Amino acid sequence: MAKIKGAIVVDIEKCKGCEVCVPACPSDVIGMSKEVNGKGYHYAYMANPDACTGCSNCAIVCPDGVISVYKVKMD
Amino acid sequence: MDIKDIIKPENLVYTKTKLMTDNALSYCPGCGHGTAHRLTMEVIEEMGVEADTIGVAPVGCSVLAYDFMNVDMQQAAHGRAPALATAISRTWPDKYVFTYQGDGDLAAIGTAETIHACNRGENIVIIFVNNGIYGMTGGQMAPTTLPGMPSSTSPYGRDTAKMGFPLKMTELIANLPGVYSVTRQAVHTPKHVRKAKKAIRQAFENTRLKRGLSFVEIVSNCNSGWKMTPNQANEWLEENMLSFYELGDIKVEGQLVKK
Ligand SMILES: Cc1ncc(C[n+]2csc(CCOP(=O)(O)OP(=O)(O)O)c2C)c(N)n1
Ligand code: SF4
Ligand code: SF4
Ligand code: SF4
Repeated sequence: MAKIKGAIVVDIEKCKGCEVCVPACPSDVIGMSKEVNGKGYHYAYMANPDACTGCSNCAIVCPDGVISVYKVKMD
Repeated sequence: MDIKDIIKPENLVYTKTKLMTDNALSYCPGCGHGTAHRLTMEVIEEMGVEADTIGVAPVGCSVLAYDFMNVDMQQAAHGRAPALATAISRTWPDKYVFTYQGDGDLAAIGTAETIHACNRGENIVIIFVNNGIYGMTGGQMAPTTLPGMPSSTSPYGRDTAKMGFPLKMTELIANLPGVYSVTRQAVHTPKHVRKAKKAIRQAFENTRLKRGLSFVEIVSNCNSGWKMTPNQANEWLEENMLSFYELGDIKVEGQLVKK
């Protein structure tokens, strides 16, 4: 059976740490970093990368459009 | 599979549209304006009409929309965006002309311009971002503020006996014969974002077919003005705004589908 694997890339310096992407993820992938970016925001990152399916939910609700989503199908 | 084998250009399935500039948005963290901007620009990109699109920015937090939307833009005096859009659309009838307005802009100071542009049935799209408050100036009560909803000028909540009732501008203009389509959407969850994008697409398709005025309300948050975190504001929106401002189509192809 083909398996889908995804990954996200957050533009760290443009993330505003709003956390809107966190509940939007059905697979609980996203966490907020302990570190802050240049603007002082805790940025979003993949805390649980293995669970990402590349569904894009996080990216389409991100008000600042700072998430890019990648997806591969594995056999 | 290693993450770096997934993160390769050929596997990219979503990234910000090129029709949003790389300027950092001036909005508060978690504000729905950014999402509404991006959806509008994604639709324009997917329709391939960016060279033929002219937007009109309002006064309000989205006054700088022209810095973020990478299409030709004008900025109107407070509330006057539909009048300016009328002029642009009549000068260039083949262009895709839209306004982007907040509720203070569209439903308070711009009430006359909104109603008359709608009643004339101008071939434009109006994107109406309703966050129930004057965001830019510090969270004052707007015509759209819910009964009982606190704001900086109604700190104990909107008392309708003293302050009047909220104005459902969207239902009001739906009754005008010049208006071709009216819908109310939201952008606080992925499900709502997908629906809102379809609605915006339909609105611009109406412009393509010169069907007249298409009106898309987007119920949004003003987490700063509401004094909540973004996720609290989105939950508050779901629980309070959506029972008053019900989502869905109100007018389709010139026919009222919801009273
Ligand atoms: C003629 C005029 N009157 C008043 C103002 C002050 N003013 C600026 S923005 C605004 C309200 C904006 O609220 P809204 O349209 O809801 O947009 P938001 O900021 O919430 O997105 C007001 C009253 C102004 N700029 N010009
Ligand atoms: S793409 Fe989907 S699964 Fe992956 S982090 Fe985003 S919301 Fe979660
Ligand atoms: S929604 Fe976007 S801006 Fe907000 S925390 Fe997530 S990635 Fe950052
Ligand atoms: S004040 Fe409100 S509407 Fe304005 S940017 Fe902040 S959250 Fe958005």
